[in-house]
Amino acid sequence: MQPLENQIPTTSKSPLSVQDLTVAYHRKPVLWDVGFEIPQGSLVGIVGPNGAGKSTLLKAIMGIVPLASGRVQIFGKNYRKARQQVGYVPQKESVDWDFPVTVLDVVTMGLYKKIGWFRPVAGKHRTQALQALESVGIADLANRQISELSGGQQQRTFLARALVQDAELYLMDEPFAAVDAATENAIISMLRKMKSNGRTTIVIHHDLQTVPTYFDHVILLNMRVVADGPVEKVFNEDNLNKTYGGRLTLLDEVSEAMRRRERSL
Amino acid sequence: MGDFNWNWQLDGWIILTAVICALACSLVGNFLVLRRMSMLGDAITHAVLPGLAVAFVVTESRSSFPMFVGAAVVGLCTAFFTEWIRKSGRVDEGASLGVVFTTLFALGLVLIVHWIDRVDLDANCVLYGSIELTPLEQVNILGIRMPRAFLILSAVLGLNTIVITLFYKELKLASFDSVLASSVGFSPATIHYVLMTLVAITAVASFESVGSVLVVAMMIVPPATAFLLTRRLFQMLVVSALIAAFSGILGHLSAIAVPSWFGFRSTSTAGMMAVAAGSLFTLAAVFAPHDGIAIRLWHQILLGLNILADDIVALLYRVEEKQGRKEAESRWIREVLLCNRLAFIAVKRWLLFRGELRSNANQISLTERGHHRAQNLVRSHRLWEQYLLDEVGLDPSRIHPQAEKMEHYTDRDLREKLHQAIDNPDIDPHGSPIPVELSKRPKK
Repeated sequence: MQPLENQIPTTSKSPLSVQDLTVAYHRKPVLWDVGFEIPQGSLVGIVGPNGAGKSTLLKAIMGIVPLASGRVQIFGKNYRKARQQVGYVPQKESVDWDFPVTVLDVVTMGLYKKIGWFRPVAGKHRTQALQALESVGIADLANRQISELSGGQQQRTFLARALVQDAELYLMDEPFAAVDAATENAIISMLRKMKSNGRTTIVIHHDLQTVPTYFDHVILLNMRVVADGPVEKVFNEDNLNKTYGGRLTLLDEVSEAMRRRERSL
Repeated sequence: MGDFNWNWQLDGWIILTAVICALACSLVGNFLVLRRMSMLGDAITHAVLPGLAVAFVVTESRSSFPMFVGAAVVGLCTAFFTEWIRKSGRVDEGASLGVVFTTLFALGLVLIVHWIDRVDLDANCVLYGSIELTPLEQVNILGIRMPRAFLILSAVLGLNTIVITLFYKELKLASFDSVLASSVGFSPATIHYVLMTLVAITAVASFESVGSVLVVAMMIVPPATAFLLTRRLFQMLVVSALIAAFSGILGHLSAIAVPSWFGFRSTSTAGMMAVAAGSLFTLAAVFAPHDGIAIRLWHQILLGLNILADDIVALLYRVEEKQGRKEAESRWIREVLLCNRLAFIAVKRWLLFRGELRSNANQISLTERGHHRAQNLVRSHRLWEQYLLDEVGLDPSRIHPQAEKMEHYTDRDLREKLHQAIDNPDIDPHGSPIPVELSKRPKK
């Protein structure tokens, strides 16, 4: 994991602070008044049922979906200024794996921002990408077309791409979904190494059983933040029941009412 | 063969124009295909019509620049309206495209027909193009007389090449992973509209030559063909360019030659270009190296024969195990396996050649090599039966047919895993012994 070896200086500002964040699709709220602050160097799990707005939260943090209200700060700056410090790992399903590119091409994409508009990819960038592939253990697949990869190898490709971004805050959308046990272990040891280098990582996670062993901080999300904090404090049955115990029917009702009223006007 | 009218002055320019047009279209088309926006390309090429008509009427001339501006503006509007209707109307992209481009196209046609006296523009010409007439209108550039259409198309090809070279990495990223693109600050919307502007400009430049209906064939078919044949973006761009150029040449040649074989006059070059491109696509779909129809069929046949070979040696093994007979009659084996006579003969020959079988009159028996293959196969079968019964909990009556399929796809590693998963048993559910793994394959 070459790019992450050097320690980053600790700043007084939190890597990620979210205040009063509300996101709506067609006026139907997906996230209500979400607020939390992430301590530097923590490994954070976001858990919650399907439709809880987990992916939307990551996209809202990156400014990809519009905010109805609220504020996101990354190291005390807004996202546009802090872009260089953020690395993103999308869900595997979000891209077309038949696209005519090689594994190395995909990893090199993590460097495009550094390379800048209009400038071509150079040899040194490929070398850097190859090193990242080595650190996730699939350097031998560098010249394969991406359609030939297994699920675990696809995920490793995305992680290598995140590594070359050399970010200080990582946002990962279900990196553990549908991977083999070996890949799962490789990912978690990589995340721990990143943590020991002072990086902050936020991971959307589905497997509740592994939350206490994988993460030190957890956000329980179901349209709003049910609880957030150190795993040993907030990851308990009571909070889990609140998170997974059915939909928030009253919130649903009011958003439905808002929609109806909107239409009748 | 009828009379083949060839005139270098005329046909040479027509072919050059056709090739340049096909190149310009296919270059931008690659990204339409990869971004799964082929229909948006179709929509834009139709929808630019009112832009053209208005540009004609306002400037009262056929000069190119106002046409390009008008077309680019309407082209962008198409992309923009489509996105807007999709979002606010909550209909899918196909439906919103249908609404936008048919409306704009109809508007364009109405305008052209209405102003038909004032503008030198014919609706038919817009629809199908008239590449055959392009050499008639020549301009002088650097002392060389060339058709106006050729000049304009070359300029557009140059523009497309420059923009795509400049934005190559941005286009690649935004097409592959738009979320990452926007998270690192390469706005996918900007890239999208740059591409759509190119599509609109290319469409206008190509109208005269191939018309609005066929321009989309030149944009989509060569890249789609290249997509089947290649695995790298750059290769795809190069191959699509070759296919596009070839379609242009083939299109004009066949437009002159083919009808004359049947005693007709030559036909539309643009039409034949689209037919040529379509034929090349069909060839590619059948003979593509990785997953073409022909190669898949061939693999299926090979697999079928390989399974038959497996069944023959496994049957001989079981005969020996149950009845102690080393030999069996060829015909009996064929009847037990219910197999086609031709396939049986082919596979028998193959096994004899590979030294897995020996034959004596009409009796066949396993060699040491064949015995090795058969034993591992029977081992796979019986391990699977045990696994399906114990671990999967399948009904005992169903385990044999399932194991019969799985045995053919089970290699040594998988057998080892099965063996461990079911606690190293010696006999299968039917009481037959599970033979031991034979590791070293005997020589022929």
